[in-house]
Amino acid sequence: MSYGAGHDDNHDHKPTGIGRWLFSTNHKDIGTMYLIFALIMFFIGGAMAMVIRAELFQPGLQFVNPQFFNQMTTMHALIMIFGALMPAGVGLANWMIPMMIGAPDMALPRMNNMSFWILPFAFILLLSTLFMDGGAPAGGWTMYPPLTLQLGNAFPFLIFTIHLLGISSILGAINIIATIFNMRAPGMTFMRLPLFVWTWIITAFLLIAAMPVFAGAVTMMLTDKFFDTSFFSAAGGGDPVLFQHLFWFFGHPEVYILILPAFGIVSQILPTFARKPLFGYASMVYATAAIAFLSFFVWAHHMFTVGMPLAGELYFMYATMAIAVPTGVKIFNWIATLWKGSMTFETPMLFSLAFIVLFTIGGFTGLMMGITPVDFQYHDTYFIVAHFHYVLVPGAIFGVMAGIYFWLPKWTGHMYNETLGKWHFWLSAVSVNVLFFPQHFLGLAGMPRRIPDYNVQFADWNMVSSLGGFVFGLSQLLLVVVVIQCVRGGQKATDQVWEGAHGLEWTLPSPPPFHSFTTPPQVTEATAHS
Amino acid sequence: MSVNKLKQTVLAVIAVSLFLASGTALADYALNLTEGVTPTSHRVYELHMIILYIVTAIGVVVFGVMGWSIFHHRKSKGAVAHQFHHSTMTEIIWTTVPILILIGMAVPATKTLIFMKQTGDAEMTIKVTGYQWKWKYDYLDEGISFFSALHQDSNEARQIDSGIDPNTIENYLLEVDKPLVLPVETKIRILITAADVIHAWWVPDLGWKRDAIPGFINDNWTYIKEPGVYRGQCAELCGKDHGYMPIVLNAVSKEEYAAWVEEQKAEQIEAASGSDREWSMDELMEKGKTVYAANCASCHLPEGQGIEGLFPALNGGAIVNGPVSEHVNIVLNGKNMMPVFKAQLNDVDIAAAITYERNSWDNSTGDVIQPSVVKIAR
Amino acid sequence: MSDSNSTYFIPDPSRWPLVGSIALFLTFIGASTMLNGSGFGTFIMGIGIAVVVYMFAGWFAEVIGESLQGKYNQQVDVSFRWGMSWFIFSEVMFFAAFFGALFYARQLSVPWLSGEGAGALTNMLLWPDFVMDWPILAIPDENAFIDSLFYETIPAWGVPALNTAILLSSGATVTFAHWALKNGNNRALCWWLFATVLLGFTFVYFQAGEYYHAYTELNVKFSSGIYGSTFYMLTGFHGFHVTMGATMLTVILIRSMKGHFTEHNHFGFEAVAWYWHFVDVVWLGLFIFVYWL
Repeated sequence: MSYGAGHDDNHDHKPTGIGRWLFSTNHKDIGTMYLIFALIMFFIGGAMAMVIRAELFQPGLQFVNPQFFNQMTTMHALIMIFGALMPAGVGLANWMIPMMIGAPDMALPRMNNMSFWILPFAFILLLSTLFMDGGAPAGGWTMYPPLTLQLGNAFPFLIFTIHLLGISSILGAINIIATIFNMRAPGMTFMRLPLFVWTWIITAFLLIAAMPVFAGAVTMMLTDKFFDTSFFSAAGGGDPVLFQHLFWFFGHPEVYILILPAFGIVSQILPTFARKPLFGYASMVYATAAIAFLSFFVWAHHMFTVGMPLAGELYFMYATMAIAVPTGVKIFNWIATLWKGSMTFETPMLFSLAFIVLFTIGGFTGLMMGITPVDFQYHDTYFIVAHFHYVLVPGAIFGVMAGIYFWLPKWTGHMYNETLGKWHFWLSAVSVNVLFFPQHFLGLAGMPRRIPDYNVQFADWNMVSSLGGFVFGLSQLLLVVVVIQCVRGGQKATDQVWEGAHGLEWTLPSPPPFHSFTTPPQVTEATAHS
Repeated sequence: MSVNKLKQTVLAVIAVSLFLASGTALADYALNLTEGVTPTSHRVYELHMIILYIVTAIGVVVFGVMGWSIFHHRKSKGAVAHQFHHSTMTEIIWTTVPILILIGMAVPATKTLIFMKQTGDAEMTIKVTGYQWKWKYDYLDEGISFFSALHQDSNEARQIDSGIDPNTIENYLLEVDKPLVLPVETKIRILITAADVIHAWWVPDLGWKRDAIPGFINDNWTYIKEPGVYRGQCAELCGKDHGYMPIVLNAVSKEEYAAWVEEQKAEQIEAASGSDREWSMDELMEKGKTVYAANCASCHLPEGQGIEGLFPALNGGAIVNGPVSEHVNIVLNGKNMMPVFKAQLNDVDIAAAITYERNSWDNSTGDVIQPSVVKIAR
Repeated sequence: MSDSNSTYFIPDPSRWPLVGSIALFLTFIGASTMLNGSGFGTFIMGIGIAVVVYMFAGWFAEVIGESLQGKYNQQVDVSFRWGMSWFIFSEVMFFAAFFGALFYARQLSVPWLSGEGAGALTNMLLWPDFVMDWPILAIPDENAFIDSLFYETIPAWGVPALNTAILLSSGATVTFAHWALKNGNNRALCWWLFATVLLGFTFVYFQAGEYYHAYTELNVKFSSGIYGSTFYMLTGFHGFHVTMGATMLTVILIRSMKGHFTEHNHFGFEAVAWYWHFVDVVWLGLFIFVYWL
């Protein structure tokens, strides 16, 4: 029975040794690899952030030269976005989606493994540039030409890293779509899907539509550099701004690719710990879909200052403001879910509540920057640095953290150390605000982003911000401690784990069997989502 | 993680929130957007404040409700979970109300944007060109043209391990060798472009920034109400020294401006005559040292060491110690990241820099390059 | 043949994904070092591409084997359909980037540079000699590239029109092949497929001749400004996809001759047929916007 892994026998016959991981076709093992990879990248990218904050601790250059500083900002962003957040989201999807929809595994298990294994190689390619003549990419993660065309030997490595990441993401997204559309257990209709699954359907569509455009854009840059094309050069009839249009056509959906899975996670956690069904399930689904759909029509709000014609600037302003409506609906639904619930405050719940507040603050500043005339002042200052870190750190990353704490007992079969978890939360939640809130002031006061040194008038808030940064960075080590402790042992987790948990994943044992649902469960209205 | 540190951070957060909460602090330049000195910047500031107040109000309501719920609807207080999960009317309300608020914001925003686009009937026009890493200003009506780069004091202090405390430098990183001079109470058209990579020209007090795109002109205008010195910086990552290309705008009365224009014209005539006379080695070396520091040292480094893989070393370099014609050619016409200096420097400057490079550090070719040689090679 | 129709097939651990990842890694690290001027990089890239081919051969052989053993139930078949259709959609978006560049150049950047619309000052101050024309025969800065001037472009109603006819016919023949397959007529299936493959490679042959003509006689090159850039990028990537599609069709032809497909179980055939229609449609876009208009 060499091919019989999926057959009706219930005993787990896990492959053993290193081959279990290298050749895996198991959604849980692949999910675990994604999550571990994301954690490693989170610390590498975080170390780069520490270099940045150390240099900005006080005016004057103390530690690194400006070129290296630019390499750090560029690599920090690339690693955090493509190495930490996206793989973390895919890792959670891998672990949870088959369990949530009652499937034995992902639809295309071998391709699943390829999606993962491309990633470490892609980042070897990218990180190797740090040791090259001329150093790593230093033109910003947005890679605008002509600046990025000035890169030395790192240039083709950067482009091909993007290609690899694109292949990985597209294969992963295809797999998720095939899984959700085709692998649902009987009775698991679309409107019974857990919200996390819904956000991932939409994220996967965003990936498939956006990543190829990005691949095309960087390919044009490659030929501009090496084969004398003129896509991004006015001298040949092209336009450097064309790259920005293509980039942000990808880039704006990309930010929703990062945040939507976090929306999904929070939508699972709030009902669990409020012991109350999610408020407005249908409107949550439609709002998410609306946000994703609109994300393809607002890209140029990232580039108001390039000097578009008036009609263009007005259109992109209105379209951007429109996104505030479905986003607001989501926030209101979450709060209505809490309303008249019976709340307890375990670590996943704490991270989720902080997510709502701090993500909303990021949303407010996002709305402010959507207003074109004032964006002319905010653009490319620390104000936007504060904005996107609010939506990505206490937004997306807190969402992922919440998910990790929420599902860790299910994955390992043990409860994590709640005290350490709460320490991790409180230290993170306080320091993240110390880190990023002052950056609003810096930006408004006129400090541009991506500079290694600044006038002394910006010194105080930079110092506060750096202190917050160091505390935040160190606090994340607690997560590692919690996870390792939890994997090694601890109080045995029940199948349901949390008192208020509903859904198929909580009907499986903790830890779940190697193949999740070998016989599909029958789903009814009562056993569906919470 | 000590409890003390936690307390400190908590205190810091409280301090931050207090600053934000106090209306007076919001008017402080260090915390909030500048009101600026142009009609545009006033409108932008007002718009900024309106939206800030609206989102703050929304935040208070939303977080208030949430906080109330978190406080009261907790299990430890004996709260029993209700099981409602739907209310069409509420959902319609919280979809419609935001739409109305957004429309309320969009109206003034649209008006301001249209106002900012009225570049016509300007009384004078200047062209701003971004270079790595300095600005060039062309007064198109007057024929005046000059570069504006980071001031020497800041430039020395900003070097890594310079040993100079930035606090001792006046306007550290926000001072230039030659500021842009503009008249007040004049509608000025500002055309922005770049020579190499994308930069962004930003003086907060004017109320906007605009990208400088190589090969394209971006069209803007300003009308400065009050005389004064207004400072800004490049706002688009443009490479290694992106943080070191400030903008200083000296707004003066119309009379002072007219006098300044005359002065500049005279200076330019004088400078143009320099290339016709014979220069001595010492003169060239002395001038070359300053030209080198201002134009070459940021990449090839002050001692000509260069950076491996990016910028070739000049100390002992092949071109610097090779034939003069090739050396002149690469300085004039550039190559890869090397700028086209014939567009930036005059014959005397180029001759001086080349002479300096060929006779400094370990280089001792003994060559004296006359400005006339450069003039012919152009 | 199969007793597993009720259970979804989960493959055993497989080395192919890892082989594929390493192959891509070698290809790209080789390509990077090659572009940076190292001959050794070309060698590594060659190895990488060879391993990619090996991976595809091995992986698909495994899949075909499993399929023939009847391990795939209806649900697995549907997974493959979802996978292939969204893969094709991602390819559509890849081409969309290049079409976007073409439209941007024609509608915005070239008009602006020549002084239309918002570009009046751009033209006056920076490119006073540049005039609006499409295709642009002379680029704004004629010193930017050596020998960038060209004289004429390839007319739509010569070889491109012929190639359109060829590709459209091949779309028809592959559909006839599908009908034959559904009717269980394996002999007709093979002949129609053979015709499709033949038409596909004929297209590639004409396209190559066209490139040679454009490059050597018309002086249309990659460096001929935005026209040459968009022309070669779009037609080049399309030609690459046609070559891939024709190669896949060849594999399907061989499998058909071996009798791998039945009336009800022939997803491999359909996947390639979808792909073939996709390159067909892209070509229509190319013909209209690159050659004709």
